[in-house]
Order: sequence, then structure tokens, then C-alpha cells
Amino acid sequence: MAPSACPKLKSIDLNFYYGTYKALHGISIEIHERKVTAFIGPSGCGKSTFLRTMNRMNEALRNTRVEGQLLLDGEDIFPMEVSGLRRRVGMVFQRPNPFPKSIYDNVAYGPRVNGSVRRGDMDAKVEQSLRGAALWDEVKDKLHKSAFDLSGGQQQRLCIARALAVDPEVLLLDEPCSALDPIATSKIEELLFELKKICTIVIVTHNMQQAARVADYTGFFLLGKLIEFADTKVIFKNPTKKETEDYITGRFG
Amino acid sequence: MTAALSFRRKATNLTMLTLSAVCTVVAVGVLIFILGYLLFRGGSDLSWDFFTKLPVPVGETGGGMANAIVGSAKVLLFATCIGVPIGFLGGVYLAEYSGARAAAAIRFVTDLLNGVPSIIIGIFAYTLIVVPMKKFSALAGGAALGIMMIPIALRSTEEFLRAVPNNMREGAMALGATKWKSVATVIIPAAIRGIISGMMLNLARVAGETAPLLFTALNNQYWSPGFGNAIATLPVMIFTYAIAPYEELHKQAWAAGFVLLSLVLAVNITARTIIASGTHKAR
Repeated sequence: MAPSACPKLKSIDLNFYYGTYKALHGISIEIHERKVTAFIGPSGCGKSTFLRTMNRMNEALRNTRVEGQLLLDGEDIFPMEVSGLRRRVGMVFQRPNPFPKSIYDNVAYGPRVNGSVRRGDMDAKVEQSLRGAALWDEVKDKLHKSAFDLSGGQQQRLCIARALAVDPEVLLLDEPCSALDPIATSKIEELLFELKKICTIVIVTHNMQQAARVADYTGFFLLGKLIEFADTKVIFKNPTKKETEDYITGRFG
Repeated sequence: MTAALSFRRKATNLTMLTLSAVCTVVAVGVLIFILGYLLFRGGSDLSWDFFTKLPVPVGETGGGMANAIVGSAKVLLFATCIGVPIGFLGGVYLAEYSGARAAAAIRFVTDLLNGVPSIIIGIFAYTLIVVPMKKFSALAGGAALGIMMIPIALRSTEEFLRAVPNNMREGAMALGATKWKSVATVIIPAAIRGIISGMMLNLARVAGETAPLLFTALNNQYWSPGFGNAIATLPVMIFTYAIAPYEELHKQAWAAGFVLLSLVLAVNITARTIIASGTHKAR
């Protein structure tokens, strides 16, 4: 595993249970600051569960339990105040989920509920966030139209802009392109190269080519275990574990 | 053999199709018939006086039901003040906060409350408000109708909130919104059109209730100041006039029935228009 002076996120022997079913087995990983880290693996391998543990999104589900530590800048996230954690660790979901509000109100939502931007500065914040998500030029003339009028790819970039508006330190993306066409997908991939200049990115993807294209580091999950985690080039060219090699060469189940 | 079987199947098919079609026509026809008959009997006696004048003593012609129209509005206003907030907040709790087991219990109890005959609700309001106050009042009538509104208000609020996709809740929480913030700023606004129209349909439903008003709001031939006195309402007025042995009063009762039904229909149509005209409709 590539060494890092101070990992942005670090999990230590993390277990996760849905009821009695153990979904994550002793995950230990270091996520590097301002890099893109991708998690790959077959469906049900726990990669999304792990991602959703990083901003404690799984807590909304009943009957779940987590063991172990997850450190954000060296501080355990589980005793933290949860909305404060989620302001620092943003998330973009599999399917675009804009609110039934205008484009502007979608982006301004986070700053408003958190009171993090002064009223007079909101226009600038909205513009900055939409530019950050490479959406500004497409929507600047219809900021007060419904977000549902946008295409799927635009909606997903709106969701990214919405997440950026609260200035997250980490951005979690849960299969953000799985509901999008190839052109919208490539726009989001391009965007990730810009975004990693300002925040740490963790992306779950089913698409191995996508991981190879966008990620600096890649982790391979199988049956709730982190099988291998390394530089993306190593994972795809020179994996050390047989399971990883089987999966990336398509010889897997 | 096969020919006979085939004939029997076709015959059964045709019979059932005809039966169900006829029953549908009857179901729709009842409303059209009631509307037409009310228009025929009540529409002809409807004049401007009906909306602006007080009832006149038996034997005199003319007069109207202005006091009953205002009275119904006042009683319904007070009913709304009771039924809507309790039903709405209860529905929010049910949809967003309660666990599965508590939700099942709450639903069961509200369904029971919904099934309580309206006359029983009337006795309840009579015992609780009329007897201690020692007089019939708009307050008591409004309370009775308000209690009747609670179960439907609660269940319709719950249903419209549940219809909001879960990824909206996740989206709001992922941005650092607390549970209540996300409910108040995303979930309720997303469902508000449905909730409002549900409340309107609910109000229209209790607007025609008569039994619980008979011994709570009672009736009044004159204007009833404030909320503390016996008050005339359209349904009770219809009841009183319809059983009186005078043709003049029967005509007034028909006219009142026509007005009441028109108002209820108008509210229904408005509510459905609100539901249909969402500005933020998903593709």
C-alpha cells in the first residue's frame, strides 16, 4: 500500500452489520488527500456500504451496526455530530436526486440549512458551485427554472454542484454515472480531474474502465473484504492477488 | 362439445361485461341524477336574496339563508383550525419519525376513529363542550367536525409524504441537514400540493355533515355573533326545512341543497386542479 504522511480518511478494522449479516469484514484503508480513490468489485461486495459508512449515511437504515474506527484527519467520525460530519464529507448518489425546487435553490440548499454563506454572497456561491460542476454555462439563463427540466447528466452535475456549495473536504460518489449515457459520463469523469484539486474524492463504480481512467488509487472489494488496495496502475497491470486479477480480466463468476 | 364450451365461455364473458358496464353507468348516473334533480328543484328557487337575506317567518315569502352560509363557513373554519394542524403534524410523525410497529398502531387507531359514526362524535362534543358551556355554539359544532377531519387529514398527509422518494431525504441529509430540517425544507414542500388538496377534500367531506351539528351548533334563525352561540349551518337548515310541513320551506331546502353541493363540487375540482398542476413534475 502506498504510504502517506497524513491520510485524509483512515479506517481501522471496520466491520459493518445489517442485522446479523456481516457486510464488511475488517476494512483497513488510507484515503489520500486530493486524490481520486475508486472502489471496484461485483454487486453486493460492500463497496457502497463502505462508502456510505464514511458519511454515516447508513445510520438512517434501521438495525445496522458498525464496529471499528474511521478517522477523518485523525479524528474518529463516529462520536462526531453527524450533520457537521456530512458538511465535511459530501455525497453524490447513484441516481440524480435534485430537489423539486429551482436550480438556484438546489445549489443554495446546503449553504442555507447550514447558514454557512451570507445572504448577499449566495449568488456568487451558487455561480462558483455551478462553475465547479461545469454546469454554469448551460444553466446560467434559467437558474430559477425547475431542476427537473434538466437532462439526467445535467441533474447529476447539479447534484455535484449542490454538494460543492457546502465546501466539502471529501466528496463521495456512489456510482454517479450508472444512470447516465456515455457523453454525460465522460463529462463527469473530466470534472473529477478538476475537483480533485479542491477536495478528496472517493468513487464507487461498476465500470472498471472508469476506475482505470479517473482514479489514482483503486481498491478491490469482494464479499465484504478489501482484497487489494494500491496505485490504480498496479491494480490493473500488476495485481498481487489472484482474485483481483480474475476480476479485472473478467474471469470472475 | 368444444363448440358448446366455447359458446358458454362467450356467453359468460358477454354477461359479465354487460353487468359490470351497467353497474358503472348506474354508479356514474347517480351523481348526474342527483345533480340534475337538485338543479331542477333548487336552481329555480335560487335568487340573490337567498345569499343575502335572513330566513323569514313561516307564511311570508322570500327570505334567504345568508346566516346559514356564513354559519357553515365559521363552523368549518373552526373545524379546520382543529383538524388540519393535528392531522398534519400527526401525519408528519407517522411518515417520517415513527417506527413500523408504532405506525401500524397509529394507523389502526385513526382508522377506528374514522369509522366512529358521526352522531357519536356529536355526542362527544356535546358532552365535552355544550354541557360545560351550558349553550350550543359554533365552537362545539366546529370541534365535532374538526375531530372528524383528523383521521383523514393524518392519513392523507402520511400518504403524500411517503410518496416523496427516499433519495430526497438522503440528498438533504447528505448536505448536513438535520432530520427536521430536511423534512421541513424538502419533504413537506415536495408533498405540499397533495397535502393541501387532501385537506380541501377532507373539508368538503365534513361540510355536509348534519348529525354532529344537530346538538352542538344547533340552529339559529338570526345572525350568530362570534363563536359562542348557537349558529345556523346549511346542512342543519336543509334538515329543518325539509321536514317542516310547508311548501315554501321545502323550496328553500332544495335551494340550500343545491348551494351546498355546488360548493362541495367546487372545492373538489379546485383540489384536483392543484394536484394536477405541479410546477416541479418529474419527467
